[in-house]
Amino acid sequence: MPCLRGRAVKDNALISAQGLHVHHGDLPVLHGIDLAIARGEIVTLVGPNGSGKSTLIKALLGVVPASAGTVTRAPGLRIGYVPQTLSLDATLPMPVVRFLSLPMRHAKVEIAAALERTGVAGLEARQLSTLSGGQRQRVLLARALLGDPDILILDEPTQGLDQPGIAAFYALVAEVRAERGCAVLMVSHDLTVVMRASDRVICMNGHICCQGTPEAVLDAPEYSALFADSATALAIYRHAHDHSHDHDHDLAQDHAHGDH
Amino acid sequence: MLDDFLLRAGLAGVGVALATGPLGSFVVWRRMAYFGDATAHAAILGVALALALDLPVVLGTLVMAAFVGWAVAALAARGRAVDMSLIVIAYGALAAGLVGVSLAGGGRINLEAYLFGDILTVTARDLLVIWGGAILVLGLLLWRWAALLTATLNEDLASAAGLDPARERLVLTLALAVVVAVALKVVGALLIGAMLVIPAAVAQSLARSPEAMAILAVIAGMLAVLGGLAGSYFFDTPAGPSIVVAAAVLFVASLLVRRSR
Repeated sequence: MPCLRGRAVKDNALISAQGLHVHHGDLPVLHGIDLAIARGEIVTLVGPNGSGKSTLIKALLGVVPASAGTVTRAPGLRIGYVPQTLSLDATLPMPVVRFLSLPMRHAKVEIAAALERTGVAGLEARQLSTLSGGQRQRVLLARALLGDPDILILDEPTQGLDQPGIAAFYALVAEVRAERGCAVLMVSHDLTVVMRASDRVICMNGHICCQGTPEAVLDAPEYSALFADSATALAIYRHAHDHSHDHDHDLAQDHAHGDH
Repeated sequence: MLDDFLLRAGLAGVGVALATGPLGSFVVWRRMAYFGDATAHAAILGVALALALDLPVVLGTLVMAAFVGWAVAALAARGRAVDMSLIVIAYGALAAGLVGVSLAGGGRINLEAYLFGDILTVTARDLLVIWGGAILVLGLLLWRWAALLTATLNEDLASAAGLDPARERLVLTLALAVVVAVALKVVGALLIGAMLVIPAAVAQSLARSPEAMAILAVIAGMLAVLGGLAGSYFFDTPAGPSIVVAAAVLFVASLLVRRSR
């Protein structure tokens, strides 16, 4: 993979980016990203649609090549990846037990244990296409855990779940981290829920606008400038803030709008 | 009453079905049916090339099918309108091949044999080539099976697991070229796509895992070959189209079986 260089990893970073730039064709998506994920920490990427969150994840995974800068992974790093969605072709029959052994075979007992850990025990024989959204995300998480990962990377893993489902899923992620000590890097729109379960929040919009503890980011003017335009974010923001601010809301840009 | 030529025809068809079962399953899962057609049509251009350069037909079709498969994959990777490009390439290659064969071979070439197959004239040497190619494809698919399946399911998931989806696409493109080259004699350029897709479609109605679907597709393909040959023998109908008709009948039957469950 052209974007990976065998450079010495500073400190105990599992995965890091140095001066990372990514273009889609002529369009710059990411510029000047410096980022390091340490062992055991939960880091959440937030930002409006089109801010490059998923692209950053893909660059870290090595799916998207860097146009400049480098991505460094610790030698032998095991990544457990949970994609945004798994769009299944209806013609591909895929029982859960088979899916969990792709591409690496795992023993039946290990598979049963992973499913039990993520709260979906006994689903082995079910077709992946017949699962509910919540079950499917938990099966995806079980698959990620089977590789005994050093880091879990989750790209908006709660799309299509209702509020209690979202809260339960993130609680599960936090439990797994506490048990295994693996790092977690996730992308999310569900700001309040995720922020409570994060050690560090990175607010981005093509570049890293601000980062720090969830409380510090909520208070940062860059954060409110980015999200003031979005109705849901505003509601969350008000909910999270019962004291007053005098941030410059005119900084809000159009890019808080739009679909994926 | 079982003649030697019928035995050879049956063995040739069964050999092709061995490769088209699992490969056809991937063609269906990855929605590559047009891709398969474009590659198969390019075989006629390969025939023209072989006639012009005085090469074995199998070699000409293999090279041309691999080239067209590679070209289509490159177009798809650049995000061009794939559906449209495939039609341009499929029919462009077919038409150019027909013109080329006529120029290179004059009037002495039996075009129908290349378009619809000529399974009843399969020689012992043809059998060797067909089984060699089928075993090669089967081996390639078995070797890459888990990686191919993962990349088919989700390319990002495959990349995160350290696999290279582009390499798996290349494996399928090459396997397709080999299948086209060896199946040309059996069902012809126009019907190879049917031999890839229909047995897999039959299996899809009945299978509950990817492996079961691939195996059922092999069985369905073999049944279609044997049924088609029997029909051809008793009703004196063209063999290649009869095989595809038998496959289509199996498909309808599989739908009825699924509905009754």
